[in-house]
Amino acid sequence: MTERLASFFKDLNKNKALLLMALPATVWFICFSYLPMAGLVIAFKEYRYTREGFLASIIKSKWVGFGNFKFLFSTSDAYIITRNTLLYNAAFIVFGLILSVALAIVLSELTSRRLAKWFQTGMFMPHFLSWVIVSYFVFSFLSFDKGVINRVLEWFGREPIQWYYDKTYWPVILVIVYLWKTVGYNSVIYLAGILGIDRSLYEAAMIDGATKWQQIRNITIPSLKPLMIIMTLLAVGKIFYADFGLFYQVPRDSGTLYAVTNVIDTYVYRGLKVTGEIGMSAAAGLYQSVVGFVLVLLSNWIVRKIDQDSALF
Amino acid sequence: MTGVRRKSRDFSKLSPAGNALAVLIAGGFAFACVFPFLFVIVISLTDERVLARNGYSFFPEAWSLEAYRYIFMTGDQLLRSYGVTIVVTVLGTLISLAMISLFSYAISRRSFKYRKLFAFLAFFTMLFNGGLVPTYIVVTQLLGLYDSLWALIMPMAVNAFYIMIMRTFFKLSVPESLIEAGKIDGAGEFGIFLRIVLPLSLPGLATIGLFSTLGYWNDWFNALLYIENPDLVPLQSMLMRIENSLQFLLQNSNNPSVNAGLLQTLPQESSRMAMVVMATGPIVLAYPFFQRYFVSGLTIGALKE
Repeated sequence: MTERLASFFKDLNKNKALLLMALPATVWFICFSYLPMAGLVIAFKEYRYTREGFLASIIKSKWVGFGNFKFLFSTSDAYIITRNTLLYNAAFIVFGLILSVALAIVLSELTSRRLAKWFQTGMFMPHFLSWVIVSYFVFSFLSFDKGVINRVLEWFGREPIQWYYDKTYWPVILVIVYLWKTVGYNSVIYLAGILGIDRSLYEAAMIDGATKWQQIRNITIPSLKPLMIIMTLLAVGKIFYADFGLFYQVPRDSGTLYAVTNVIDTYVYRGLKVTGEIGMSAAAGLYQSVVGFVLVLLSNWIVRKIDQDSALF
Repeated sequence: MTGVRRKSRDFSKLSPAGNALAVLIAGGFAFACVFPFLFVIVISLTDERVLARNGYSFFPEAWSLEAYRYIFMTGDQLLRSYGVTIVVTVLGTLISLAMISLFSYAISRRSFKYRKLFAFLAFFTMLFNGGLVPTYIVVTQLLGLYDSLWALIMPMAVNAFYIMIMRTFFKLSVPESLIEAGKIDGAGEFGIFLRIVLPLSLPGLATIGLFSTLGYWNDWFNALLYIENPDLVPLQSMLMRIENSLQFLLQNSNNPSVNAGLLQTLPQESSRMAMVVMATGPIVLAYPFFQRYFVSGLTIGALKE
């Protein structure tokens, strides 16, 4: 035993410089990742903060078992936020895939390389902006009295629409805004994939007299298929996590729209900071973490079966 | 189409008509991506009275620099928020680069006995996390960071994904033999890291540095959670708060208890858009030059050991 301990300390000493290098980020991971994971127990408690500090508060709070979960799933909220999160993400994945691949193909086929570079730079821009800025952009279109869209409607003699109080259009608006922000960036990944395709395949096809359209259909798209499958599966692994900024900033936190804009992440946030229902909010968060974890493992397992190199682990 | 004509066609390129269509599609989308920003610039330069009368228009009847003048004259809050954002971005990026590069260098070294353990420690956080509520409670009640500048810096300082990118980068760009040679010359681990490894890894550091600069500059979420003190509100968060107080006023405009003077202290339409321009300006001007680092980050991220 002492021998094993001695060799352990010898190892530590031998690796001390590298251990020291790993230390700061390790402390960070403990504080900002692992302590919160341990803090998930509050989903099973009626958490009350006392002056004695964090640990004492956690230990002294009353156990309520699955009470918070029972309460959460007895409301219609649980269904609505799950539905919204899943459906929006599904729409983002499907439309995002189609548009990104289509754009990448179009960009790769442009005769002028210079022009393609310029276009790519333009498409990249939304990626660099925050959702706060994007919400201002959207407002310049949807503002009731000044927005572009209402002015166009008036021009055609139609009634202006109270966009931020009418939930009919929001599913479409959110999908469009999300695609606007992400498609340009994602198409870069597919463009890199296209540039990696063996040129001789195209040359052989050209000798056989294949038209451009046939080349795209029979060479480009099949060659991109593995990449598309992997990107999609990785996105499916994250389908339980919504983009908080999109659903919070773009609809301007408008209460009348919650039925179509409330997702798990916004629900958890409001429970924590606005309504103060910490128990329910923590329960919803744990529900998200656990289902999200299972989905990541599952999708990664499938990715591994298809292409080991693309798997996350 | 006859066989002769078919032969004379160049199949490696799109036909002129096809190319025109491709330019239209790609160019149209690229324009749609840039347009809202240009539009906001135009609105910020529009005369306030014209805005009130005609709404937003790409071709305003009267132009005005009043919004920018107003910001520079009375924009105490804007300047302070600018300061907060700059401090947080610079400090955050430096801290984040230091922690990430040290950690990922350690786990990239084959001779490091515990590299698998530490790699797993980082990697597991990509799969599972405590979520918002426990994180919030830890940050505010255990670490005591509520209403502190550190609450804007620390929660974003480390990211497992960047660690994976950096580790791959170190493995690809720093040969183990070079490190061994350094050791033979009598350099210590830290000396090797500073004098041999870092200079070879500048492109990787630039990529991660840019990712994190952008992350800090654009962050409003941590301020939403942890910041109340108006002196510590960063740029993006300030823009959000202006909008919220405006919304509040509009919803309570019939309520006499709401201070009517508040409305006058809030910036006008064009000034708000001018603030948006000033918050985005640095990024929009800089990103075309740094774009390739983002692309390379994307592709390195896809590579594995």
